[in-house]
Amino acid sequence: MHRNPQRPLSPHLSVWRWGPHMLVSILHRITGSGLATIGALALIWWLTAAATGAEAYEYFVSWAISPYGIFVGIGLSWALFQHTLSGLRHFVMDIGAGFELTTNKFWANMTLVGSAVLTALLWAYIVMVK
Amino acid sequence: MMKMETPIARVRGLGSARSGAHHWWLERLTSISTLVLFVWLLMSLLRLPSLDHQAVTTWLASPVAAVPMLLLIVSTFWHLKLGLQVVIEDYVHEDGWKLFSITLLNFLTIAGGALAFFSVLKIAFGGDVTNG
Repeated sequence: MHRNPQRPLSPHLSVWRWGPHMLVSILHRITGSGLATIGALALIWWLTAAATGAEAYEYFVSWAISPYGIFVGIGLSWALFQHTLSGLRHFVMDIGAGFELTTNKFWANMTLVGSAVLTALLWAYIVMVK
Repeated sequence: MMKMETPIARVRGLGSARSGAHHWWLERLTSISTLVLFVWLLMSLLRLPSLDHQAVTTWLASPVAAVPMLLLIVSTFWHLKLGLQVVIEDYVHEDGWKLFSITLLNFLTIAGGALAFFSVLKIAFGGDVTNG
């Protein structure tokens, strides 16, 4: 069947081009779910260990500073920054602003850049100063 | 076939029943409080001279650290409960599983939050926990 490629595509659930706004949208949900499960467990473990005593706390720290713990820590901090920045973007969209194609795409990309930069800065600070 | 029920009786229980906006609003409200409190937590932890047991429990025992930490726990667990509930509602379509998942989510959130909350109280009121 002949199809003129110059003609715009009609909206269709499975015919679309991937864009940064879609990535950021699903990342908001993925990072949120990760923080709500793994992040919450880490917070609970840290606080109960601190309240239990020095030995329990040492055990927590031994996990936290292990390669596995640092990997999870970097992941959680990135997830926190990404979720926060795209959450702030959602506030702007909640008031009905920032839906123009270029603006929307720009700020979607900025949340990705911002979370990467903030994660790098945080861990650079931890490595250099701590 | 003639419907023997009123239109309101047919839609009752099928929609948000006016609680959807409330959920949406609380999610925004707790996101702001969680954000503010996490900025505080991150700044506080980075400024502590050490993150060992002594330093952390001494810091958490002071009212100006314990109270924001307790608020952070309430705000964070409330926010994550609202968020995960939406995820469940979006992906779990079978009514029985949906009810089960959301019930479990409520129980786990409250249990986890209570555990964290009590831990801070113990550190704040318990005096010296260094010796167990």
